[in-house]
Amino acid sequence: MRPRRAFAVVAAAAGSAAGAVLLRRRAARGKARVELYFADGSLVRLAQGAAESERLLLHARELLAAARS
Amino acid sequence: MGCASVGSMAETAQPLADLTEISTQVQAAVVLDREGSVLAATLDDERAGRLAASALELFRAGDERSEQELVQLDATLPDGSVFVVRDGDRLIAATTTPEPTVGLVFYDLKSALRGFGEEQKPKRAPAKPASTRKKKDASA
Repeated sequence: MRPRRAFAVVAAAAGSAAGAVLLRRRAARGKARVELYFADGSLVRLAQGAAESERLLLHARELLAAARS
Repeated sequence: MGCASVGSMAETAQPLADLTEISTQVQAAVVLDREGSVLAATLDDERAGRLAASALELFRAGDERSEQELVQLDATLPDGSVFVVRDGDRLIAATTTPEPTVGLVFYDLKSALRGFGEEQKPKRAPAKPASTRKKKDASA
């Protein structure tokens, strides 16, 4: 009986971990963001919602629309 | 909004044609200079001009964020992504399908921009052929 119970516990843990990863990925997929790479190798990542990212995302949307219109 | 000028025609240079052929993720691309003039594009003149203007605005807005010089950027949106890469005085801007392989797109854009630069280099004048003009006869 014990091995079966242990298997169930491991399976449940693995399932919830996989579910969490999937949920996280799906949530990240829908978000807009901008990444800026500078000459010194530094990277600035601006996520949607941050005041400073909105201006950049506006230009990015314009650019995408210009290519597709 | 930035101003982009399009020359008599925004040609699809060979490196851009290669780019869209190699990368299935890249949908449209424009090569421009730092003033926004379109040097080559995969789109018609009107759309290329608007794309270049938006790309320049985006790049300048990003460049203002740091004292360091901005060399490349990508913007991820739900319906696609936008990339801008600078090399010297030239920039390349491209749009892609959603969720592209970011590293691969940057690599392809840099290669295309480098290829475009090499294509634009003035070709060396061919060596002067040995004079075939006949010497005037002393008798003439």
